[in-house]
Amino acid sequence: MASKTININLKIWRQKNANSKGSMETYKLDNVSTDSSFLEMLDQLNEQLVNERKEPIAFDHDCREGICGMCSLYINGEAHGPDRAVTTCQLHMRKFKDGETIYVEPWRAKAFPVIKDLVVDRSAFDRIQQAGGFVSVNTSGRTMDANAIPIGKAEADKAFEAATCIGCGACVASCKNASAMLFVSAKVSQLALLPQGQVEAQQRVLNMVKQMDEEGFGNCTNTGACAVECPKEISLENIARMNREYLKAMVSAE
Amino acid sequence: MSILDSKIPEGHISKKWTDYKDHLRLVAPNNRPKIDVIVVGTGLAGASAAASLGEMGYNVKAFCFQDSPRRAHSIAAQGGINAAKNYQNDGDSVYRLFYDTIKGGDYRAREANVHRLAEVSGNIIDQCVAQGVPFAREYGGLLDNRSFGGTQLQRTFYAAGQTGQQLLLGAYSAISRQIGLGRVQMYNRHEMLDLVKVDGKARGIIARNLITGEIERHSAHAVILCTGGYGNVYFLSTNAMGSNVTAAWKAHKRGAYFANPCYVQIHPTCIPVHGTNQSKLTLMSESLRNSGRIWVPKKKEDAEAIRAGQLKPTQIAEEDRDYYLERRYPAFGNLVPRDVASRAAKERCDAGYGIEANDTMEGVYLDFSSEIQAKGKQTAYASGNHNPSEEEIIQLGKKWVEEKYGNLFQMYEKITDENPYETPMKIYPAVHYTMGGVWVDYNLQSTIPGCFVAGEANFSDHGANRLGASALMQGLADGYFVLPYTVSDYLAGDIRTGKISTDLPEFEEAENHVKDMISRFLNNNGSKTVDHFHKRLGHIMWNKVGMARNAQGLTEAISEIAALREEFYKEVYVPGDANELNPELEKALRVADFMELGQLMARDALQRNESCGGHFREEYQDAEGETLRDDENFNFVGAWEYKGMDINQSELHKEVLNYEYIKIAARNYK
Repeated sequence: MASKTININLKIWRQKNANSKGSMETYKLDNVSTDSSFLEMLDQLNEQLVNERKEPIAFDHDCREGICGMCSLYINGEAHGPDRAVTTCQLHMRKFKDGETIYVEPWRAKAFPVIKDLVVDRSAFDRIQQAGGFVSVNTSGRTMDANAIPIGKAEADKAFEAATCIGCGACVASCKNASAMLFVSAKVSQLALLPQGQVEAQQRVLNMVKQMDEEGFGNCTNTGACAVECPKEISLENIARMNREYLKAMVSAE
Repeated sequence: MSILDSKIPEGHISKKWTDYKDHLRLVAPNNRPKIDVIVVGTGLAGASAAASLGEMGYNVKAFCFQDSPRRAHSIAAQGGINAAKNYQNDGDSVYRLFYDTIKGGDYRAREANVHRLAEVSGNIIDQCVAQGVPFAREYGGLLDNRSFGGTQLQRTFYAAGQTGQQLLLGAYSAISRQIGLGRVQMYNRHEMLDLVKVDGKARGIIARNLITGEIERHSAHAVILCTGGYGNVYFLSTNAMGSNVTAAWKAHKRGAYFANPCYVQIHPTCIPVHGTNQSKLTLMSESLRNSGRIWVPKKKEDAEAIRAGQLKPTQIAEEDRDYYLERRYPAFGNLVPRDVASRAAKERCDAGYGIEANDTMEGVYLDFSSEIQAKGKQTAYASGNHNPSEEEIIQLGKKWVEEKYGNLFQMYEKITDENPYETPMKIYPAVHYTMGGVWVDYNLQSTIPGCFVAGEANFSDHGANRLGASALMQGLADGYFVLPYTVSDYLAGDIRTGKISTDLPEFEEAENHVKDMISRFLNNNGSKTVDHFHKRLGHIMWNKVGMARNAQGLTEAISEIAALREEFYKEVYVPGDANELNPELEKALRVADFMELGQLMARDALQRNESCGGHFREEYQDAEGETLRDDENFNFVGAWEYKGMDINQSELHKEVLNYEYIKIAARNYK
C-alpha cells in the first residue's frame, strides 16, 4: 500500500440538536493518510477538536466494514461520497486530492430528522419493517425440514441480492423526492421471491407501503438516483416488482 | 464449591436436554403478560431471545445502543453457520459436531452445553429457512454447504460472505414482528450502565438514553444480557466500534462471576494493520481458506525484496513458496482451527518471512490462483468444453470465485487498493472473538439469580478456541431454543410477585452510582482524550496479553494497566454535557470497564500455567511449537469473583470439567 498524506479543508454541518438551526462550519485537517477511511479521517479531526477543547462532531458509525448500515453522510453532494458500491466507512481518503475542500452533510429528508450534527433518526425504517417485513412464523424450530421445499437457484439468488440491503437510508437521501421505495421494495421482493414469504405477500406489501406513506417519505418518480448511490447496488427491478405486487394486492383486495 | 454448580442434568448426554426440558416448570399463557423480561443487546442471541419470549406472551423490553436492532455486530459475521444436517452425506452427525466443537475448544468447554448446541443446530437452519433467510443453494434447489476450520466435512450453511447479515435480519424480522404486535418494547440508542439487584435477584437495569442523556430505571423479573464480546479491550479488533463489555462487566461487579477472560480468539485472516490512525481491523472470512492457500516465501531474501517493493508475489515461483499450513498440518491443511493458523502465521513472521511493508513486517499471503485454475477447469468441463484455453479457464475460475466470495473480494479491494483476483491477499491475525465471558450454568443463568447471559457474552460453549461458523449457531441456539425454556422455569416462581417498583432504594442507589460516574468524567478536566488511553491499553494488551504470553509479560501488564487506569481517571478529558448525545462520554464509560477487564484478563492468563486453544503461554509448548495443556492441574473453568476496585483482590473459583463422553486427548490436526 503506497501510503501518503494529504491536507484537506472540510465544510461540515453542525447542529446542536433537533430543535436548533444548523450551519456549515469550516475545518482544516493536515496529514491525513490516504489509507485512512473517511471515518478515520473524522476521528482524526475529532481528536484534534477535543485537544483544542472544542466539541467533536457527532456522526453515526459502528461496524466500519460496510455491513451494519449505521454510517451515513452526504459527501460532496453524494450519499456515501464519490466512490461506488461502498458505505462511508469503506470510502478511503485516496479518493480525495491534496488541498481539496470536502462538504459533509447529514441525510436530508423529512422522515429522517436531524438529531445532532450528522446524526439523523432513521427509526421510520424500523416501523416499516414492523408493519410487515417478516414471515409470520413462530420461533419453535419445529417447522419443516429446511430442504423440504427446493428453491431454484436463480430465484434464491435474486432473493439474496434484495436481502443484502443494509437499511442505511442512502436511497432516501439521494432521491429528490426522499422516497423510500428502494428500501421497502428490497424487503418486499426478498420475501415475495421465496415460497415461505408468498403466503402473506399481498398483506405485506399493502401494510409496508401504507406505513411508508405515513412516515412522510416521498413518491417514486423513477429517476433511479437511489440505485446509483446504493452501497449494496440494490436493483431498480425491485421497485418494479413491488409495484406489480402492490397492484396485484390492490386488485385482489377489491 | 456449591455456588459453582453448573446444574448439568442427570442422564445420558444424548437425552439430557430432552428429559430436562420435559420437566422444567412452565408459566401459563394467562400469567405471562404479568411478567416483565429485559433483554439487553439485539444481536443473534438478543433478538432471537426477545422475539421468542415476546411471542410466548411475556412483556419484553429490549435495549440496544445502536439506532436500530438490525445493526448489532452479529451482522458482520461472514462465513457461515454450522449445523449437523448431513445434507452432503459426508458422515456428519450430532455427535460429530459435538466432538469437533469440544476438540476445537481444546477440551476446555462443558460437554453437556456443547452437546445441546449440536442437538438444536438443525432446528436453527429449519427455522431460518422458514423465516425467509436466503441461504446459498445448489442448482437442484437444495441448500449448499462448505467446509470450515477444524472439521473434515461440509456442514457450514452460508449466504455468500454475509451469512451473519442474513441471519441477523431473520432474527430482526422476528423481533420486528413482535414489536409491531406490541409484545416487545424496543429501546434503541440506550446503553445499560448498571444492573439492579433486589433481595439478591436481578430485577432491572439502569440505562442511559443516548440522545437525551436521561438516566432511566427499568424493572423486570429477569434480565437477559446478550451484549457480545470484549475484543475491543485491544482497541484494534474486528469488533464494531461500539462493541463493549460494560453491561457484562456491571453484572460482574454486582456479583456475576466472569469466566475464562484470557480466552481470546485471534483470527488468522484479517487485513494487516496499515497506520496509526487506524480505528479497526477487517476480517476476511475463514471460508476463504476453503479456496485460498496460505504461504510466505521460502527464502528470507525474497520476503525482504517483497517488503521493499522490488518483487511481486506473482513473481515467486511455486517451488520457492512455503505453504506452511499444508507443510505442518497435512491432514487439515489450510483448514486448521483459527488458533493454530494464527500462531503459525506469527511463527513465520517472527522468523523474518513476513511480507507486509508495515512497521511490524507482519503479513502472509492468501492466494486464490490454484483455486481459480481448478474451478475454471471444472466449470468449463461441466459446460461441455473439454479443451478450454488458459484464458477461458482463468475467466471462468474468477467468475466462480466471485460468486462465492464476491463481497469479500470487493471489500478487500476497497480497503487495500489491490485486486485479489490478480494478486494474493495479504492477511495477518487480529483479535476477533472472546470465548470467555460471564459464567453461566446449564440454564445460561449467571451466579446472580434472574440474570441470564447468552451468545458471545457468556463463556459456555467454545472452550479455549471457537471453531469457525459456531458463533452464529450458539447465538441463535441460546436465544431461540434454550432461554425460552430455562427462563420460563425461573419465572414460574414469579407469577405472584407483581410488578417490580422502580422506586425501590436499590434502583435509587444504582442510578446515583451511574450519575456520579458521569459527572466525575465530565468534570475531570484532564488533558488527554479517551482514545489516547484506549490505544495505550490496547498496546499493552496486544503485546503482553495477545497471541503469545509469558509470566513476565503478564506480570508487567497487570501493573502497567493499574498505573494506566490511575492516570486515566486523573488525566482524561471528556467534553460536552450529560444531557445530550455525547459519544466521548459513551467511550469514557466503556473504556473505564475495559481497563478493569484488561487487568483481570492478564491475571487469568497468569494463573493458567498451560497453553490451550487461544491461550498460548510461551513456557508451555512442545518442540514443534504446539500447545501443551496440563489436564491434571488446569482442567477447569476459571471463574472470577469481583472483590472491589483493586482487581488483584478478585477471587478465582473453579468449575472442574468432567469429560464423560469424549476422551480427552492432545489435539492433533496433523
